[in-house]
Parts: sequence; structure tokens; C-alpha cells
Amino acid sequence: MTGRLRWRKLVSGFMLTMTGVCALIAVSVLFLILGYLVYNGGTSINWEFFTKLPAPVGETGGGMANAIAGSAKLLLLATLLGVPIGFFGGVYLAEFSGSQVAFTVRYAADLLNGAPSIVIGIFAFAVAVHPFGHFSTLAGSFALGLMMIPITLRNTEEFLRAVPRALREGSMALGAGKWSTIVRVVIPAAYRGILTAILLALARVAGETAPLLFTALGNRYWSPGWNQPTASLPVMIYTYALSPYEDWHRQAWAAGLVLLGLILAVNIVARVILSRGTAVPRS
Amino acid sequence: MASRSFVSRLREGDEIARLATFLCAASVVLITVLLVFELWRQSALPRHKFGFSFFLTRVWDPIAEQFGALPFIYGTLVTAAVALIIAVPLGIGAAIFLAELAPLRLSDPLQFLIDLLAAVPSVIYGFLGFFVVVPLMREWIEPALKKSLGFLPLFQGPAYGVGFLTAGMVLAIMVIPYIISVSREVLLSVPRDQREAALALGATRWESTWKVVVPFARAGIMGSIFLALARALGETMAVTMVIGNTPTISASLFSSGYSIAAVIANEFTEATGDLYLQSLIELGLVLFLLTFILNGLARLMMLLTTRRGTGMGNA
Repeated sequence: MTGRLRWRKLVSGFMLTMTGVCALIAVSVLFLILGYLVYNGGTSINWEFFTKLPAPVGETGGGMANAIAGSAKLLLLATLLGVPIGFFGGVYLAEFSGSQVAFTVRYAADLLNGAPSIVIGIFAFAVAVHPFGHFSTLAGSFALGLMMIPITLRNTEEFLRAVPRALREGSMALGAGKWSTIVRVVIPAAYRGILTAILLALARVAGETAPLLFTALGNRYWSPGWNQPTASLPVMIYTYALSPYEDWHRQAWAAGLVLLGLILAVNIVARVILSRGTAVPRS
Repeated sequence: MASRSFVSRLREGDEIARLATFLCAASVVLITVLLVFELWRQSALPRHKFGFSFFLTRVWDPIAEQFGALPFIYGTLVTAAVALIIAVPLGIGAAIFLAELAPLRLSDPLQFLIDLLAAVPSVIYGFLGFFVVVPLMREWIEPALKKSLGFLPLFQGPAYGVGFLTAGMVLAIMVIPYIISVSREVLLSVPRDQREAALALGATRWESTWKVVVPFARAGIMGSIFLALARALGETMAVTMVIGNTPTISASLFSSGYSIAAVIANEFTEATGDLYLQSLIELGLVLFLLTFILNGLARLMMLLTTRRGTGMGNA
């Protein structure tokens, strides 16, 4: 009897330790990735990396200034497309809609959110590249913007719903209309959450490569305006990593470090903004 | 009169706001419908030419204009299966630790790190996979597997480093955060009395967790697995960089292969001729439908758990 109990306790202790080991393995991957990138990329980051164009094939040196600018342009335009639609769509779901419409919209948003990013790329190609006959910054932004819509929409809705009903009723009782209640009371009460949602959506698409492969394509030079193919950091990492040149590998490490650093920083900032707020749900 | 018209004008303002926000919400539905429609319309040629045999043919020959999706479907399924075999035990183990054992002080920061892991772009996973995991597999893991389990057809053949097994490994690392996050959430929602009742009956901590809490959350955990599977099937960059990119069907996991997403990524811009391009788009459609079904199942499973959880709580 006691032997059996001891055995059961032993099993319990062992299995619980194993779960701890699992958690340790999972978390350590993050530090391995970070450490490896810092180790390999840290030495390759220099002023040239941020200011110079890629060197011609066969020459060493050069940088990724055009890719950094390209990524910034892509993200700017994607935000301008994705955030307003997602945000106001979320406002509609939380404040105006009946359950039938809300269900359909939510379902479509989840479908869009769950679609593999390469499929979004195909769609953007079919709509924004094929008819015009050329790759462009616009098409790349369109693909990334599409991916931002469902994330922004669902999170906006969630954070607006978390605003207590009493706030709305108080405002309405003072004679404010529905729209002014939403604009002056509900949205300010939820703005931290919404800001977080937008930042996270931005961080999510900032590293996307697959939708850019056949929309923004790539470019070894500057891409003036919005109508030409453009380089971007993720696509640069992809092509440089698979290239046979040692010097390109070095730059890919640097680009990986910059990209990951930015994405993790945005995630941490978003978390800080959220944790300073009060009446917001965990996302 | 004046005040009434003022009020009614305000109401009109509300109506305009309602309409404007509705248009935004409706555009999401429109985009999704358009997405499916475009994929369907733009894949008409291969659908008519090959019909169902598209999925059963092994030949992928752009020059002869013969397109069969079987090697890609095979590669996608095999890599996803390998990924789940590795990721599910690890992910659920870690989720149990985070939800059941670790105090909130430890659990929340750890969960934050896991969330950060989920935010790492897939191209970075592919990059590290290519430079770290591939050599590791070639020099150590694959030879070791061959030595110990070489009698199985799974672990035979030359070890190149790139291939199904490596792609599965990298995918596993990528989907573990999803399994952990969702499973932890589901485990945390299991009512406290379930645990206490088990412990009061003399169960050890592990027995209460494994025989009471986990079965209670079973549907939700299944949901997290479907979610991970959907991610693994649709993952592009990381797989493209480590799978080897040759359309082969082989019992050996060491063999290099190809996946649906990878072939689209590699060949889309080089596709000459409408039939070639549209065959790739049809592959995209297949991928979309697969993830659509899996995501639906995942949501259903998670809904089941939370329903049941609250139902029990009220009783």
C-alpha cells in the first residue's frame, strides 16, 4: 500500500518535472534565436547597413537602406488601408450591429485571419498586380493591409465591448447621442487596448514575407513613388540567406537582427501600454 | 419644433455613423468572398483540364504542361504530421506547467515570452533553420536516428539535412507557442472544484491534472492542436527554406520534398503560361480550403469547452 503510494507520488513528481522541462525548452527557443541573431548579426551591423544601397553582386559591403525604406513605405500604406477599415468595422460590431450581421462579419474576419499568408499574396497578385501588369509597392501594401484588417477589427471589438455599459448609459442620460457617446466616452475608455491592437497588427505584418514575394517583389535600388517594385527587409533576408555569398549571409543576419529587434520592441511596448491601463481585458 | 429637428438631425448623424461603420464591417465580408471567388475563377483552366486527377497525379512538369499536386500535398501533410508529433506533447506539457504548477508571478511572464516567440517572423525561423537546424540534422540527429531506428523505412536513405524531417522540426518549433497559449487558457478555465475534488479523493497532483483537469479541457486542447495544424499547413517561408524543394514522394523522412506553400512561393513569379500559373493558384485554393476547415473545427472545439465549462460552473 505505502509502496504503491510512494510509486504514485514518484510518478507525479516525475511528470510534473517533465512539464517544467517542456516549458523550459519552449521558452529557451526564444533566447536561442535572439542569442544567435545577436551573435551573428551584431558584428555585421554598421552605419553602411542603414545608409547604403546593396552592393553589386560580387562586391562586398553595401547596405539595405532601400529595404528599410521599402518596408517603412509598405507598412505605412498597409496601416492606412487596414487600420481604418478594421477599426470602424470593430466599432460597428461592438456598438451598432445585430447578432446576425455580427456573426457573419466575425466569421469572415476569422477566415481572413486564418488564411495562410501566401494565399493572401495570391489574392493581392490577382487583384493588384495582374490587372496592372507590374509589381508595385501599392500591391504589397494591399496584401499587408488585408492582413491587418481582421486583427484590428476583432481586437477593437473586444476592447470596446469591455467598456462598462454604465459609462454608455451615463453619457446617453446626459443627452449625448449614440455617435458622440462612442467618440467621446467609449473609444477614449478603450484607447489603450485599441492602440495595443494596432501595434500588434503592425508587428505581425512587419515580418511577413510570403505575401510580398509576388506583390512588392524586390528591388536592388531605390523605389521612387508607389508604383514600382520595392525591396523590403523580410524579402531581403530570404534572398540573402539563400544566396551563395558569405557577405550576403552576414547582411542577412544583420537584417534579421534589426527586424526581430523592432518586432519584439513593438510587442513589448504594446504590452506596457496595455498593462498601464485599467479596465481592459487580457488579449 | 426647432429642438425636434435638432434631435432628428443628431439621429441622422448617428445613422450616418452607423452606415459608415457598417460599410467597413461589410467590406471584410466582401473581401473574404472576393478572395474565394478570385481563387476559384483564376484556377478554372486546371480545374477543367485535370479535374480531380490534379490531386492524384505525381507529375509536375511545366514544360510538358502536366501538373499534378500529389507530391506537394504529400509534403504538406507529412511535414505537418511530423510537426504535430513533436509539438503536441511539448506544448501540452508546457501548458500544464504554466496553468497548473507555476504561480501566476512566474506563469504570466513566461506566457509573455511565449507570446513573443509567436511574434517571431517565419522568415527568421527559416533563416535559423537553414543555418542551424539543417547542419545539426545532417551531422548529428539524422545519423543517430539511422543508427538506432534505421530498420524503419522512415529513417533510411542519405541524410542531406534538408527534407521532411527538418521542415517538420522547424514547424514544430513554430507552432508550439500556439498550442501553449490556447491550451493554457483552456486549462485555466477549468473550474477549481474539479481539481479540489480529485485531490480530496486522494489523487496525487499529477493524477488530478492528467485524469481530471486535462480530460475536462480535452475539446479545447484539441482545438489548439487543430489551430496549430492549420498554421503548420499554411506556413510558407520557413518550410521553403529547409524542405529541399524537390517534388518527391518518399517513405523516408530524410528525403527532400516540397510543400504546397513552398511551390507557390518558389514558382509563382516564374510561372510561364496560364495553365502553369493557374495550377499554382489552384494549389492556393486547396491550401485555403484546408486551413478553413481546420480553423472551423478549432473554433468549434474551443466553443465546446467553454460552453461545457460555464455549464458545469452554473450547475
